Amino acid sequence: MTDYNFAYLDEQTKRMIRRAILKGLAIPGYQVPFASREMPMPYGWGTGGVQVSAAVLTPDDTFKVIDQGADDTTNAVSIRRFFQKTAGVKVTEATEEASVIQTRHRIPEQDLRDDQILVYQVPIPEPLRFLEPSEVETRKMHALEEYGLMHVKLYEDISQHGAIATAYAYPVKVEGRYVMDPSPIPKFDNPKLEMAGIQLFGAGREQRIYAIPPYTQVVSLDFDDYPFEASKADHACDLCGAEDSYLDELIVDDEGGRMFMCSDTDYCAGRRKQGHVGAQGVPYAEDAA
Amino acid sequence: MTPLLQVEDVAKFYGHRIGCTDVSFDLYPGEVMGIVGESGSGKSTLLNCLAGHLTPDRGAVRFDTRADGMRDTITMSEPERRMLSRTDWAFVHQHARDGLRMNVSAGGNVGERLMAVNARHYGDIRDKAIDWLGRVEITSDRIDDRPTQFSGGMQQRLQIARNLVTGPRLVFMDEPTGGLDVSVQARLLDLLRGLVREMNLSAIIVTHDLAVVRLLADRLMVMKDGHVIETGLTDQVLDDPQHAYTQLLVSSVLQV
Amino acid sequence: MISVENVSKSFTLHNQGAAVIPVMAGASLQVEAGECVALVGASGAGKSTLMRMIYGNYLTASGRIMVGDLDVVSAVPRQIIQLRRTTLGYVSQFLRVVPRVSTLDVVAEPLLATGSDRDTAIASAKVLLSRLNIPERLWQLSPTTFSGGEQQRVNIARGFAYPYPALLLDEPTASLDPTNRATVLTMIEEAKARGVAIIGIFHDHAARDAICDRQFDVTQFTPGLAA
Repeated sequence: MTDYNFAYLDEQTKRMIRRAILKGLAIPGYQVPFASREMPMPYGWGTGGVQVSAAVLTPDDTFKVIDQGADDTTNAVSIRRFFQKTAGVKVTEATEEASVIQTRHRIPEQDLRDDQILVYQVPIPEPLRFLEPSEVETRKMHALEEYGLMHVKLYEDISQHGAIATAYAYPVKVEGRYVMDPSPIPKFDNPKLEMAGIQLFGAGREQRIYAIPPYTQVVSLDFDDYPFEASKADHACDLCGAEDSYLDELIVDDEGGRMFMCSDTDYCAGRRKQGHVGAQGVPYAEDAA
Repeated sequence: MTPLLQVEDVAKFYGHRIGCTDVSFDLYPGEVMGIVGESGSGKSTLLNCLAGHLTPDRGAVRFDTRADGMRDTITMSEPERRMLSRTDWAFVHQHARDGLRMNVSAGGNVGERLMAVNARHYGDIRDKAIDWLGRVEITSDRIDDRPTQFSGGMQQRLQIARNLVTGPRLVFMDEPTGGLDVSVQARLLDLLRGLVREMNLSAIIVTHDLAVVRLLADRLMVMKDGHVIETGLTDQVLDDPQHAYTQLLVSSVLQV
Repeated sequence: MISVENVSKSFTLHNQGAAVIPVMAGASLQVEAGECVALVGASGAGKSTLMRMIYGNYLTASGRIMVGDLDVVSAVPRQIIQLRRTTLGYVSQFLRVVPRVSTLDVVAEPLLATGSDRDTAIASAKVLLSRLNIPERLWQLSPTTFSGGEQQRVNIARGFAYPYPALLLDEPTASLDPTNRATVLTMIEEAKARGVAIIGIFHDHAARDAICDRQFDVTQFTPGLAA
């Protein structure tokens, strides 16, 4: 603990990031530039999220990290250990117990409370970048609320695929003002963006922080005749039988065998503990044994 | 009748060099004005000043807005000017790739201006796109193709459809037929003439091609070294040029 | 209807040592509604020049040219465009059209430009083209490929498509065969009867004598040529 300042970053840097976070919360959906620091991990591994987590963590917090819903991937484990080492905070895999959750590409299935913070890792914060390469121009478009281009992207989807094929990083309009990229979460998660918890988004390489305060209106963009649909695989979890959770598809052999399972590992384990069993699952106790 | 556009003493300098200076004229609804001159005469600078792409160093460019009548577009706020440029104004670039999104389908290119003014019904947007592609002689089966798959003439027609879909009242054109084969040029000119008449468009066309202005423009402005040296009815300026430079310009055209 | 009052004109050729060539001085001419006046004079005397000045195609240095209640000499381009659209027609010697536009559209254009609906304009164009014996198979083609006589008839059809109260005719019967020539002369007679004021240049003396009420010799106003 004495080898590092609390949560790795120096106090001045954390203050700078907190100012950006507060500004982001004050202007929901607006991308606040910040002086992103070099972190001891490569860009693309969550440097933005890590800096935001470092700035909001207190010694009393309980920290959880998920990567595509899972607590046990290399990336999640590394970041969790990083803060265990540099901040000495408690860590957990239970959504219920965590006060700060850093996530890559998912929102936990379980509703968050107003005493919880969700920190997103964001690769490309600019939703308009797909069609407009100029940063000067996209900032002007945000400033003047010129968002027609965002619908051009959705139009292209429908004209090419017959439906809005954008399945993740589905653009939203926050509190009727800023169009925002919700990071590459599946569009299944979009409705959950209206929540009780605080949501903070950090893009390290792009040096942007943005936020959604609790209970903020978040609307997924769509057309009148092609309304937004939060879709998922038409299946139940093969482990816990849940029909309301976002599923990963797993190829299990070389003969086309496959299984679907909750991408949120904590949610799946919790259900199995409660005795739910999916089509290919086994009771929880046996598994543990 | 009030003019649609009032240009008063517009000047633009690049350091000590004159871009254009002392330019004044009125353009009325339904009028097509040509601006001719050789490269470097200031005609493109003037066009860009009028269309809001460049800020003039002096002068006023007043446009008869639908909501508030005559407004100086140079001093109005940027959001207002940008709104004008995607509703009441249109700009047809010489190079289609400056005026089109090359990685977006033809339908998306035409639909963009509609979506920019809050069209949110895919079916309606598509119907309008098909209608406009038809009006510029692009068949509906090309609607989902990207402009990169189009010929030069088609790209230019697509650019026109994309610009006119919101029913603008003033069209700026910068060498609209430049770089096209003569046969393709003729078709484009005929199309533009028809659209100008049907939509009662006003237009300002910059070109160095005197044949283009003879066919399209009612009035002509001749520029040299940043100055307007002669103006008048197009056929009068071409058939009875008064200024030495205009006489040289007209007599330099190859006859076929 | 048309009143030319004391007009003068000279050309300054800047690129040929700024030579000034006076071409007309002090010309005056009145043409009433229903009247047809022929401009006469030797070649180069300024017949076409005067006609072009009346049409606003050439600038006039001094004097007044009233067509209806508009002074062409002092009018702005917008007013002349309006005049040409609704008051003053002009059949030139040569057809000048956008390439690849069909003959029907070329003839219908003056009507479309004045707000006629397309069906009416096309129907009128068909009547005129039939009357002038342009074969129907040519109607959808561009007149740029037609023979001289055919082009001339298309030009006449276009000039007569809209009922202008004043008309300028530059050699309307040149290069026409006897049948078509007769048709054109009848059309001019009909226009006169409707009250159209006409100024024409006719090298075809028989035609001129048949339809013109009087002649106006421009030579008397041509500097250097006046006797």
